Amino acid sequence: MNESIRKMDTRLILDKLPYEPPFLFVDGLDRVDEMGIEGSFTFREDMGFYKGHFKDYPITPGVILTECCAQIGLVCLGIFLMKEDKAPQNLKIGLSSSEMEFYKPVFPGERVTVTSKKIYFRFNKLKCEVRMHNANGELVCKGILAGMIKTESNG
Amino acid sequence: MGNDAKYEQLKDIIKIYLPEDVSVDHITPESNFLEELNINSANLIDIVLDVEDVFDIQLENEDMDQMQTVNDAIEIINKKISDK
Repeated sequence: MNESIRKMDTRLILDKLPYEPPFLFVDGLDRVDEMGIEGSFTFREDMGFYKGHFKDYPITPGVILTECCAQIGLVCLGIFLMKEDKAPQNLKIGLSSSEMEFYKPVFPGERVTVTSKKIYFRFNKLKCEVRMHNANGELVCKGILAGMIKTESNG
Repeated sequence: MGNDAKYEQLKDIIKIYLPEDVSVDHITPESNFLEELNINSANLIDIVLDVEDVFDIQLENEDMDQMQTVNDAIEIINKKISDK
């Protein structure tokens, strides 16, 4: 796969994401193929949840880290995997299971990288092994996520 | 392998995915996976993948659509095995 095709793929994927701020947790994708994906996100200091998590001690909630892993690792990869099925329109997605372990805190302003390896994608269910690393290359969290992803047209 | 043996094997697969409030005794040949056994559609796919492994068959999207009850699953398994 050459560089220009890869760029086009990642742009198309980002355009199809059904999220927007304050609940978009993907800045860019570095790599994608049939087997997996890699992307990144920077948690800006002004993100709303830092006001309450925790009081006077802002730290990124685990559920938000999980969401970031899911948006990059499941949804972006799922959109890529479905592209053969024509352009996904009216994308319908839902997280069906998550089993995550957390190792390092992520503070406001930190940039993280998510890598996801496909376990299987069958009957509209995508199951992946995801890992998040911080800018120092340390493992922040990892786990297994699964979700249903389909378009209105294929049921 | 007869249908009874298949049914027992299928039950062993299904029970892994039953929600807490549904016991293995609730499973009957007529049970509807989604409506009666309260299995969600994501877990139904895991059941299908396990069925593929255990019976060494491959299911297609149409089979998935038809597989509403335990009996439907047995029928599909029989058909796939005889087509092999």
